[in-house]
Amino acid sequence: MSEPVVQARDLSLTFKTNDGPVHALSNVSLDINQGEFVSFIGPSGCGKTTFLRVIADLETPTGGVVTVNGLSPGEARLKRAYGYVFQAAGLYPWRTIGGNIRLPLEIMGYSKAEKKARVASTLELVELAGFEKKFPWQLSGGMQQRASIARALAFDADILLMDEPFGALDEIVRDHLNEQLLSLWSKTGKTIAFVTHSIPEAVFLSSKIVVMSPRPGRIADVIDSPLPKDRSLEIRDTPEFLEIAHRVREGLRAGHSYD
Amino acid sequence: MRNVVPVMTVLAMLVAFWWVSVAPMNMRAALDVAERAGDTVVPTGSVERRSIPVLRLLLDNPQHIESGYSLKRPRLPTPSQVGAELWKTTGAMVIKGRAFSKRSLIHHGWITLQSTLWGFLLGTTLGILGAIAIVYSRVANMSLMPWAVISQTIPIVALAPMIIVLSNQLGIQERGVPKAIIAAYLCYFPVLVSMVKGLRSPSASELDLLKTYGAGRLQSFLKLRLPASVPFLFTSLKVGIAAALVGTIVGELPTGAISGLGARILIGDQFGTPLAIWSALFAAAILAGVLVTLLDIMQRITLHKMGFRA
Repeated sequence: MSEPVVQARDLSLTFKTNDGPVHALSNVSLDINQGEFVSFIGPSGCGKTTFLRVIADLETPTGGVVTVNGLSPGEARLKRAYGYVFQAAGLYPWRTIGGNIRLPLEIMGYSKAEKKARVASTLELVELAGFEKKFPWQLSGGMQQRASIARALAFDADILLMDEPFGALDEIVRDHLNEQLLSLWSKTGKTIAFVTHSIPEAVFLSSKIVVMSPRPGRIADVIDSPLPKDRSLEIRDTPEFLEIAHRVREGLRAGHSYD
Repeated sequence: MRNVVPVMTVLAMLVAFWWVSVAPMNMRAALDVAERAGDTVVPTGSVERRSIPVLRLLLDNPQHIESGYSLKRPRLPTPSQVGAELWKTTGAMVIKGRAFSKRSLIHHGWITLQSTLWGFLLGTTLGILGAIAIVYSRVANMSLMPWAVISQTIPIVALAPMIIVLSNQLGIQERGVPKAIIAAYLCYFPVLVSMVKGLRSPSASELDLLKTYGAGRLQSFLKLRLPASVPFLFTSLKVGIAAALVGTIVGELPTGAISGLGARILIGDQFGTPLAIWSALFAAAILAGVLVTLLDIMQRITLHKMGFRA
């Protein structure tokens, strides 16, 4: 087995606030392997987003070590090791859908022909071909989020970091996007880290589920999913699925320490 | 164009109010003129009338109200008198082929417009550069911003003569220069404040996104902060150009300038010709309206082309 893509050892992050220190992450150790789909689930304040941001070098840990592709997060970021999808699609309103996907390519200095080819192929990948010249406001919320995924896929990053990308969408759209995301994962073979607060979403998508709990933010349980990589929405009614969902729920309950 | 009716309604109401106000405003002058012409006036004597309320005079001398609407030197000219004076000093001059004669408001408006545009250019440039400095430098943010605010608390009428004296002292012969500086002084502030807001308008996650691409400061400025600030820029430009026009006119008042709309207002005041004051005032208002409208059209076209939702 090759080196893990993301390796975290005793990772801690404490924010200093006016109300005293907040322990967003406390002694988090975790490996994410090549090609895995890892979901992070837990109540707010459990550090799931913070952990993702540490991997992305958007936050600096106060303790412990984390490596991405064997490098520090900062080096990995400058080598464009990952694409990041935020909770809000965050498309620039003055750029067309094609223009938004071209943004990272412009910054990274791709050639004109290369940019054109990549925009076309990623649009195809997220089933938005034909929308290249539309402006973001002309698209629905789900389509905008697909465009923002395309933007993260446009350059050759092997890791996709997704922070509750479908959190603001309704359930029907979300189901559809989940299916699309799975097929995209199997087509591209990327390593995906996915933050969510939905148990069915986490179980349906993941090959590994990390259950986290708050105050201090820590890992409560890591579940390796026995579900096959090739799955459809119907799998959610199988006993295996329900069993994993149950274990996730138990993990969340155990971690809850509301006094 | 659907706001034509409400705008015209308000305009009609203003003109009606103005027209009605002419009677009380001009009553005393009208009675003086009538008395001198030998007509019966109640009560007789200009000095006696001073202690009588205008309303009383109107009620006692209804036959003289009408003459208040055609005085040669009215306190408040009627809308039609101002309109006629405006036409006489603009359109009629053009027809006579003397559009740029010294008596033409087109000549004076042109003088004012030049300084306004130079001041606008200077003020806008300073405002944008200042905003960039404030957004990118902590030192500039803490040192520039308070002074920018303080600069606007100084009455421009107090500052204008100093700027004119100073630029004279420095040997600047061109009369337009100090006026443009005063115009820029009023114009830069709204641009600065709006551009600071505009350049800071991208959200934390939009900035984080560029960070994940490893974008540099220049790239994040050109690709994100600058385009995000465009709607803010246009809004402030419209305020800025109006401020620049006011600044130029104020700059023309105390200078002993003989040309420019401000000079016309001052001369009209000194020579007791209210019609000249009023027509210059209206010329200035029309000029401001045209400038703001032009910027508004530019804003619409630019934002539409950029894909911002109207």
